[in-house]
Parts: sequence; C-alpha cells; structure tokens
Amino acid sequence: MFDFLSDYDDPSLLGAFWVTVQLTVFSAIGSLVWGTLLAAMRVSPVPLMRGFGTAYVNIVRNIPLTVIIVFTSLGLADIFGVTMGAPDDFDLQGFRLAVLGLVAYTAAFVCEALRSGINTVPVGQAEAARALGLNFSQVLRLIVLPQAFRSVIGPLANVLIALTKNTTVAATIGVAEAALLMKEMIENEAQTVLIGAIFAFGFVVLTLPTGLFLGWLSKRLAVKR
Amino acid sequence: MKFRKVTAAATTALVLSLTATACGGGDGDSESGSGGSDKIKIGIKYDQPGLGLKEPGGSFSGFDVDVATYVAKELGYEADQIEWVETKSADRENALSRGDVKFITATYSITDERKQKVDFAGPYLLAHQDLLLKADSDIKEGTDLNGKKLCSVTGSTSAQNVKEEIAPDAQLREYGTYSECIAGLQSGAVDAVTTDDSILAGFASQDQYKGQFKLAGLKLSNENYGIGVKKGDSETLNKINDALEKMVSDGAWDKAVKDNFGPANYQNEPAPQIGKIVQ
Repeated sequence: MFDFLSDYDDPSLLGAFWVTVQLTVFSAIGSLVWGTLLAAMRVSPVPLMRGFGTAYVNIVRNIPLTVIIVFTSLGLADIFGVTMGAPDDFDLQGFRLAVLGLVAYTAAFVCEALRSGINTVPVGQAEAARALGLNFSQVLRLIVLPQAFRSVIGPLANVLIALTKNTTVAATIGVAEAALLMKEMIENEAQTVLIGAIFAFGFVVLTLPTGLFLGWLSKRLAVKR
Repeated sequence: MKFRKVTAAATTALVLSLTATACGGGDGDSESGSGGSDKIKIGIKYDQPGLGLKEPGGSFSGFDVDVATYVAKELGYEADQIEWVETKSADRENALSRGDVKFITATYSITDERKQKVDFAGPYLLAHQDLLLKADSDIKEGTDLNGKKLCSVTGSTSAQNVKEEIAPDAQLREYGTYSECIAGLQSGAVDAVTTDDSILAGFASQDQYKGQFKLAGLKLSNENYGIGVKKGDSETLNKINDALEKMVSDGAWDKAVKDNFGPANYQNEPAPQIGKIVQ
C-alpha cells in the first residue's frame, strides 16, 4: 500500500518534511525578531514609528499569504530582480523568497500577540522604571518585554503552529516542501485520500508536540500576579 | 403595537417565501438527480486556453470542450443539455468514482496508475511534452536547456521529467499555474516554459500573445489524452469510443484541432487509433 513512497527520492518524504521544518524554523526566528521590533514601534513614544507599526500590521495581516508569497517570486524576483543572493539557483532563491514572505506575514501576528502581552504588564512598573532614570529602550528591554514574553507563550505557540501549516503555501513558488511533494504524488499515483492522509499525519506529528511543549512552558513561565 | 403587527406579517411572509423556495429547490434537485436523462455532467478544466477554458462571459471553449460536445451529441445530449463541471487534476479520479460527472475530458493522460482507478476511452489526442520559447530564442534541443531557466507547474509530470531526464542541470522554477509561467517568459525571467505541446499551443494562440512565442517541437514525451469514465462503465466507454471514431472519420476532429491550436503553428499528430497507446 505504501510501496510507492520508495519511488520518490528528490525530494523524499522525509526530505520534503525537512524542508518544511527548515522553512518553519527560519521564518519563526525572522518573524520573532521583526515582530518584536514592530511591537516596540507600536508602543513607542514617537508618533511616526507608531504610525508605521500600525499601518504595517493592519495592511500585511489582511493580505492573503498566497498573494504575498507569489508576489515575492513573480514581483520581487522576476520584475524587480531581487534574487536574495542566488540569481542562478532557483531552489535556493525560492526558499529564501518564501522565508522573506513568511516573515513579513507572520511578524504582524507576532507583533499583535506581543502587544497584548505588553498590556498585561502593570503601568506602575514602567513608571517606576522611568523614575529610576531608565530611558524608553531600557524600560522596554529590561522591565516590560521579559514579562510580556512570558505571558504570551501560549498565543505565540498558536502563531508558530499556524506558521508551520502556512509553509505549504511556499509550494506555489516551487519550494520543494511537503505540499509540493504531495501534489507530485497525487499527480502520479491517483490516490488522493491515502496520500492526503499521509501528509496530514506528517503535519500533526510536527505541530502536536510543539503545541504540547509550549503549552506546558507557558504554564510554567507565566508571571503570577 | 402596529409596529409589531407589521413585523409579524413581514416575518410570516419571509418564512413562507423561504419554505416555498426551499421546496422548489428540493424538487428541482431530486428531479435532475433521479431522472438524469435531461442533463449530462462533463468534467473539464476551466483554466487551459485551447483545451478547456471558461470565458469571461461564462461560455466554454477549447479542444477538450469540442470533443466533449461532439461525444455528448452522439450519446443523445444537445449542447444546451451539457452541464460543465470543473475537475482539477487532483480530483479527477474521485469525481468519476463518486459519479459527479459522466465522463472527463481534461488533458487526462492515460497512465497505468490511473487505469487502476478509472477506465479510459480513446485516446483522442497524442500530445508531447515540449518547450514554449520566445519567438527569437536560440534553444534547439533538450540538452540546450542545461544552465537555462525553465518554468513549469508545481508537481506536474512535465516538471518531474525535466528534473530527472531531460536537463538535470537546468534551473527549474515551479509555479502554481501556467499563466504565471507565461508571464515569466514574457518578462524574460525564464527562458522556456515546458508542458504538453497542446497546452502550450493553446496559450500561444491567445490574442494577447500572438506572434510572441514559438514551440520548439521537441517531442520530449508521449501523452495520450483519454476520456475518463467510471471504472466498469463499459457501456458508456464503448459509446464514447464509437463517437470518437465517428468524429475522426467525418472531419470534425481535424476542424477542432485547426480551430483551437491553429494560430500557434502547432504540428498536430494524426488522430490516434482507439485503444492504441503510444509509449
């Protein structure tokens, strides 16, 4: 029943899911950094930065991810010549463009999760820190963000799980991850249900432990008030 | 008080009209479901110019559509009794086994794996994997592709052929649809688009692309397009085969090929014989 799996070696089933994992990890790191910066902008005292952060989040999170990813390839790469340092290697270029698109999109959700965490930190703490003579970035870095992060591990886990599943959109620009291999297999084997089940199971294997671990972590690290 | 009366009356009217329409809808459904003699459902693709395309106005055009219309006529259905159903590549086997459609004409290549799930009438067209190039391109044969940039559709057989056999050193970009590839070819981001020559000819024949592209004529593979019917439905299968033979013998087949692929200078194969699959 599963013997057709051995016909696929470029990418193999595990190789394709490995690309999915890589896409997820790189995009998660990128969107955590960019999302934190966006959140800092949205709570900053400078109106221009607040405006930029608000505009970015509201625009980007309302554009379908497929449109963003297809634009990175058809628009950025083909028309504007942004090749991400790999003009002659479509595989690498596609991967990097997909990470770029996923980071741009996911960061908006990371930012909003983080901003809700910042709102859980009592205003008195920031005021006390200001009174001690800390400036805005010190208050944020030393007092507010560490507490905010601990309270939003749960919501961030949701964002991470959504990101894992969203990596399948990278197949539209030819990144050889799980969804692309699934399409290839269905085209050749004419077994929609069985192949669909295999890949669905693969994603459950990836996301279920993530959710359980981060759920446990969020209970452990939550700031008890 | 008056207001409440009005609301009550309005609600009653609304509920009545809703139930009435619901009944009407139900009757209509069961009629067409159980009767089945007044309409025929045929699976095609909606997004392949020259083969199966849904026009902006809601009409359908293409070679697959012409063949299906001819076959339906032989089965006893006029053109206005045909209900077109979109069957995407991944869904074709299920649509047949569920009985959603009577038969499928949708660039459906006959392969051993698929024959285990469905039966094929035909083949009705022999296509080959080929390259679509810019009109001034200097690519002559498959090996010229090494080092060039090539585009095909994600997961398609053509894309797999390129990766494994034809030009392993070519840069292959896979997009979701052929239209995106054609856009890349037009802008110069890729050097060639590859899939079945019939599909490429269909794109190149579109008004907005006329004269810009040419087919390389390489015959990189053989794709025998068949008409898919439900496994075991040999009555329909035989009728369709008879219809296809008639279509070739009375010249309608040639005319359909000329009409749909003509402007791209497509060198079509002669009509294939029923049951003869070119490997």
